[in-house]
Amino acid sequence: MADKPKLAVWKFASCDGCQLTLLDCEDELLAVADAITIANFPEASRAVLDGPYDVSLVEGSITTAHDRERLEAVREQSGLLIAIGACATAGGIQALRNFADVRAFTDMVYAHPEYISTLETSTPLSAHVRVDMELRGCPINKAQLLEVVSALLNGRKPNVPQGSVCIECKMRGTPCIMVAHGTPCLGPVTHAGCGAICPAYNRGCYACFGPMERPNTASLAHHLGALGVADDAVQRLFRTYNASAPEFRREGDRHGGGA
Amino acid sequence: MTATTNKAGVISRDSLEGLFDALIARDYVPVGPTVREGVIVLDELRGVDDLPEGWTEDQDAATYRLMRRADAALFGFNNGQHAWKPYLFPPKAKLWEAEKTPDGGFSMRETPDAAKAFAFIGVRPCDLHAIQVQDAVFMAEQNTDPLYARRRRKAFTVVIQCGQAAKTCFCTSMDTGPRADGGFDLALTEILDADRHSFVVEAGSAAGASVLAEIPHSEARPDDLAAAEACTKRAVDQMGRTLDTTGVKDLLYGSYESRRWADLERRCLACGNCTMVCPTCFCTTVEDVTDLSGTHAERWRHWESCYTTDFSYIHGGSVRPTIRSRYRQWLVHKLATWQDQFGTSGCVGCGRCITWCPVGIDLTEEVRLIRDSERKKDAADGHVQEHPHASD
Repeated sequence: MADKPKLAVWKFASCDGCQLTLLDCEDELLAVADAITIANFPEASRAVLDGPYDVSLVEGSITTAHDRERLEAVREQSGLLIAIGACATAGGIQALRNFADVRAFTDMVYAHPEYISTLETSTPLSAHVRVDMELRGCPINKAQLLEVVSALLNGRKPNVPQGSVCIECKMRGTPCIMVAHGTPCLGPVTHAGCGAICPAYNRGCYACFGPMERPNTASLAHHLGALGVADDAVQRLFRTYNASAPEFRREGDRHGGGA
Repeated sequence: MTATTNKAGVISRDSLEGLFDALIARDYVPVGPTVREGVIVLDELRGVDDLPEGWTEDQDAATYRLMRRADAALFGFNNGQHAWKPYLFPPKAKLWEAEKTPDGGFSMRETPDAAKAFAFIGVRPCDLHAIQVQDAVFMAEQNTDPLYARRRRKAFTVVIQCGQAAKTCFCTSMDTGPRADGGFDLALTEILDADRHSFVVEAGSAAGASVLAEIPHSEARPDDLAAAEACTKRAVDQMGRTLDTTGVKDLLYGSYESRRWADLERRCLACGNCTMVCPTCFCTTVEDVTDLSGTHAERWRHWESCYTTDFSYIHGGSVRPTIRSRYRQWLVHKLATWQDQFGTSGCVGCGRCITWCPVGIDLTEEVRLIRDSERKKDAADGHVQEHPHASD
């Protein structure tokens, strides 16, 4: 293993939760460090190796002009660029600014809003550069991250199902909380990957993993209405961590009295 | 009624624990209905106390509510979300593993199934038929699935004959219930009235007779048998739904361009819930996984659903990109192509796909609408026939 692949981890507008998933791989961390050279990962080490990098894991969304340039530099230095997490794949919770006037927010939050230089929108990496793979979640799932790294190292296709959370829920035998208790749940339109954690604890799915492949959000939204969820609440359900993912954005726009 | 009925016995409510004792003594793991998370689920049971005494459910399209009964029936419900499928055909199973060897090759190792023998307690006749449908899939002479076959051959089956039906039940349409006449080790009918709480019991196998011999019981009297028959009649009378199976294969084969599919495109979520709760759906995918060092590999099989695009992904993409094509695939396979493939319908009328569909799509209604729509089309085309699809 003379030429271990070089891995870099990059952060844009985000909470660090996704990249910390890599550190959270406690039992596997030594094996990871054994198989790859962690060349740039400030959360783990101050030692930074120069690029180019075989693989870049990129967390966060693009919210400033400076970040947009920085992302382009990351792209240039990276063989494979993998977007990790809801911010990097959909713009994250901060994409709620896309539905409002960002200046009104900065005026409200900062004592000197004139110092704030920010874009009008929060956008996923794919809006700016070519992305080779997206790993969903808020945060990403540790097992999926290891699966992707392992697949890359072994030159095989990563196993990352694109179907609904319901499939994971049923496979673990969790009784359906929407059918049995009337609890609103976004599982039927949400991308698998978390292992259906929330329904197992009697909570509706929050759609942290964003839209599944070709989701039928309109049918689910109609049913949520029938369950008694108010129209503005339906909009709120779709406007969370993946508010700006195209399928959720469109569905959210249809509720709550317009965008 | 049948020959077995003549040998029927009666086990009192208080002696039913003897069933568990006899099965546990034979090293079976009893599995059956119990209340968990506000639903009647199937799980491992320790004894009669774990059964859903005094509980029932109210089911309809996209809704299930657990409710209290006025009496202390142990099996006073129909079926919950869980079928017996996961016990015979686990959602995830490791098929083999392999290690890299120093000479650059690899060695493979089978991964034996460690599951003990299950005793299924409270199998509904529809679900017994579902197991038999899966037997035809997994235990065909030339293509036997070793994991399924091992578990199935070791399993002990206690049927509970239905004495009520849910609004989503249609076993009478599929000829799978509400009473099973064979294919079980033991069959119970719960009799509960003002002066008795007991179970009419029939043995359907030597193993069943041997277990029954250890449970305190008496010979069934004519009034016990009459009460059991009344249970069956009550379930038939309560049957919540019907599915007209007349010529359903030709109907669906002839409906590939039906306008109804467009409506399903609008409503169906393609979430796969119907396939997961269906007691006969058997599709799987196989995944290879490796560890980080690249010295260890495993092959896993897990449930897959025809509602994912991965399911039909071939070079160039999925052949069923639209939701309508995926719903059609499922319905036509279940009710029509299944007949060509395995000689039976793939549907046993348990109603789970109706209850557990998050938006309540009801296949009995869809078949009715397709039939109506085809009939109208035929009429418009000038082919006026009373039963256009009667020949099968």
